[in-house]
Amino acid sequence: MPSQTTQEKKIERQLALPFIHAFNMSLRSIRIRLGRSLIVTASIVLGIAFLMSVLSSNAFITGIIEKGPENLKISLQQNLDEIRIRQIWLVSLSLLVCVVGIINAMLMAVVERSREIGTMKCLGALDRFVVELFLLESSMQGCVGSVIGVIIGIFATFVIYLFRYKGLIWTIFPGDLLLKYSLFSIILGIIISVLGAIYPAYVSAKMEPAEAIRREV
Amino acid sequence: MPKEAIVRTIGLKKTFMLGKIPLNVLKGIDLEIYRGEYISIMGPSGSGKTTLFNMIGGLDKPTEGKVYIDEVDIAQLDAYELAWLRCRKIGYIFQTFNLIPVMTALENVMLPMIFGGMENDEAMEKAKGLLETVGLGARLNHKPFELSGGQQQRVAIARALANDPAIILADEPTGNLDLRTGKEIINLLKEMNKNKEVSIITATHDLKMLDVSDRVIWIRDGMIERIEDRENLNIRVGEVEGEEAG
Repeated sequence: MPSQTTQEKKIERQLALPFIHAFNMSLRSIRIRLGRSLIVTASIVLGIAFLMSVLSSNAFITGIIEKGPENLKISLQQNLDEIRIRQIWLVSLSLLVCVVGIINAMLMAVVERSREIGTMKCLGALDRFVVELFLLESSMQGCVGSVIGVIIGIFATFVIYLFRYKGLIWTIFPGDLLLKYSLFSIILGIIISVLGAIYPAYVSAKMEPAEAIRREV
Repeated sequence: MPKEAIVRTIGLKKTFMLGKIPLNVLKGIDLEIYRGEYISIMGPSGSGKTTLFNMIGGLDKPTEGKVYIDEVDIAQLDAYELAWLRCRKIGYIFQTFNLIPVMTALENVMLPMIFGGMENDEAMEKAKGLLETVGLGARLNHKPFELSGGQQQRVAIARALANDPAIILADEPTGNLDLRTGKEIINLLKEMNKNKEVSIITATHDLKMLDVSDRVIWIRDGMIERIEDRENLNIRVGEVEGEEAG
């Protein structure tokens, strides 16, 4: 009898949340709470747009220094060194604010959904599943937000430089550099949104199901 | 048929801390529930019903004492085993239905099977069958908010049955329903109890539950006041018709 039960346990004892289901569930959670999701996404968009505008401004200046006329080079070179440190400081601050914003919004989502989380645990969800759902949700928002942010950042900077340097901007257009910076920003945006979701996801995973279900919101 | 204890509690105690003041909610509960039984745990609010219910369901840990489900001491289980137990051995039904709002009725019923590692198609077929059994075959793709309270509770019953559990725990299953719908839900539970041989444990103060219960456990102030068989109940509660007695 005991051997039979252990064998039975070995065969049957698996709990799983296939990725496709997790993905679907996260996507729907985002859709059904579109307002809140948009706020999270917007904060990522703003942070990444700022980062990207700084980066692409650097890219344009680098382009001018490499390919532009001599008289612009010297003044820009000086500018660049001066501004860089302040830029790094500002960008880090804005991204930090972005992370705090995400943590805040996700914590609220955890409280709002505590009953749902408790129910899923009663149905056999592991803590890991809950964490997975929250991280997935956040990284999706992060991905969309950073792509939009990158587009806005490049576009805004481009328009500014177009007004300042007119046709010159086309000849020095630093496509490669912009692409590199865009990829960097998108990856950073996803990392930031996942970072912001880790603590809320941990809180939700640690909730006892009985308590989570009882909690009224 | 030999009586096999599916749930056993020994000296179950639970103390909550209200600030610095300890509150003894359960003061030593010894209980045996057998396979295939329909049990009602009755008692006034604050008597410890829900706390006892949570202990039996592995949703909360006792301060003292032991809970055995299918002869397994659930205090010995790690998080994974506990989740597995909840997934496979126990089906839960709540007063507030607790369906996942973003999912359709069908997906709600499929969810425990997906967690349990069942293939998608197989889970879908089984979920359809279960929803038909509870009389919702025509509403597979409705979201919870598109269903009435009674219908939502039917979905919850189908979901509780998804992995063929040994026990269904129902916490005030009729608490949010009107008289007639409540009666329907009780009958459905009784039907499942008979057909699927699943033990049903309800925490309730709905007297309609009395005439389907095999035994009624009365709780007062965290202690078992008395345990009554149905035959005795029929005498005590005059209005109850013995339609299913025997």
